[in-house]
Amino acid sequence: MKPPVETYAAIVDYGLGNLRSVQNACVAVGLASRITSDRREILDAAAVILPGVGAFGDAMQALARLDLVAVLQDVADGERPFVGVCLGLQLLMSESEEFGSHRGLDIIPGRVVRFDDPHDESGARLKIPQVGWNRIHRPAAGDASAKTIDPWSNTLLADLPDGGHMYFVHSYVARPANPDDVLSISNYGNIQFCSGLRRGNITAFQFHPERSGRNGLTIYRALAQRLTRERREGFDG
Amino acid sequence: MLTHRIIPCLDVRDGLVVKGVRFQELREMGSPAEFAWAYEQQGADELVLLDVSATPEGRKTKLDTVRRVRERISIPLTVGGGVGDWTDARALLEAGADKVAVNTAAVAKPELIAEISSRFGVQCTVLAVDAKQTAPGQWQVVVRSGATDTGIDVLDWVRDACRNGAGEILLTSWDRDGTRSGYDLALVSAVARAVGVPVIASGGADTPQQLLDALQAGADAVLAASIFHEGNYTVAELKKFLAAHLVEVRR
Repeated sequence: MKPPVETYAAIVDYGLGNLRSVQNACVAVGLASRITSDRREILDAAAVILPGVGAFGDAMQALARLDLVAVLQDVADGERPFVGVCLGLQLLMSESEEFGSHRGLDIIPGRVVRFDDPHDESGARLKIPQVGWNRIHRPAAGDASAKTIDPWSNTLLADLPDGGHMYFVHSYVARPANPDDVLSISNYGNIQFCSGLRRGNITAFQFHPERSGRNGLTIYRALAQRLTRERREGFDG
Repeated sequence: MLTHRIIPCLDVRDGLVVKGVRFQELREMGSPAEFAWAYEQQGADELVLLDVSATPEGRKTKLDTVRRVRERISIPLTVGGGVGDWTDARALLEAGADKVAVNTAAVAKPELIAEISSRFGVQCTVLAVDAKQTAPGQWQVVVRSGATDTGIDVLDWVRDACRNGAGEILLTSWDRDGTRSGYDLALVSAVARAVGVPVIASGGADTPQQLLDALQAGADAVLAASIFHEGNYTVAELKKFLAAHLVEVRR
């Protein structure tokens, strides 16, 4: 039987960045989506995707101008999947030091800082921005507190191999205050950084799943499957 | 660590891939979007689309081409050709390009690079340089497919461009382009040492060894066209070769 409500993912449009590849990725995995800056449309969505490319300060200003800051904080407080991508991950943090200091959405405690002089094993300086394909890994199991649960099970990364390649373009990285919020880590030369975040319904990636070929589409597919499952459960229940 | 990238290049005119493709094959394989899709399936890390349409109709087709390619791929896409101001760049980005390459117009108007990078970011702004050797260890910037010498030294030019916000250099050896004699390794190495941004080597690729040579000379990525269009090697075959020589590639 057909579910009663049509579901879609809202792709938040605040004037920064190319949303077309995000929407194309949704199409590729059969996930209905709407590119929108409308508060109602965002609040009604089955999932919210916050993309973004560009400067942190500009992005926060644009979100404020569109009156979307509180809306996104509400989405974060709710239960529907909320996915941040690239700058969308950084915006979730408390603050950023990009071109001065800026308040973020303050959904995940922590700061956004510039890559601090990354270099390779031979001591050669690495380039900023990091542009290209890099691997993502499960975070190391903290204080050996017998973490036997796979940190990726039941997450959007569940179907991916450890060390899978993703496409990155960024100069800044998030430093979450709470290690439990780290979903994946990556290494840029000597610097280990947080490439994925997760807290409750919130998942965010420093890389671009929509430009990461097959691996990236696996993430969008996991989101689509989750929405289908939730919709079915909601309908049956 | 970052992988080295293999980037097939599509030279497109009026909606069709034109360079390095036998006409018969072009008809069989179809549009840029089909090429793009096939290359992603083979493992291409990124695509470059250079549109050489010279007419107003062709320029309109260009945006359509970008949209169609974008719909078929989920890897990064750089688009160049005829970018004269930031609104051209915006149109390409809105059509689905991830990065925009500027070439000829930036020579006449160097502030174009800053104009684009300040609006869309350095990660979006690619400087395409056609370099012609004038003496051992010296190269000059040429424009309009090599028809015009600019008198500008390539190393000065790329350093200035990076100061103005170029985030990547697409470096084509005018001398080697189409010759199949391998990349100009001295050029690649000189430019890679001159700038702090990624360098894509282009012009002259014919064998896997030549790709390896360019990466070892300091290129972050290698671009090629006919080697792929003519089916001499697939991207996957090249990656297998590179991986066997301990080059980190995405598999």
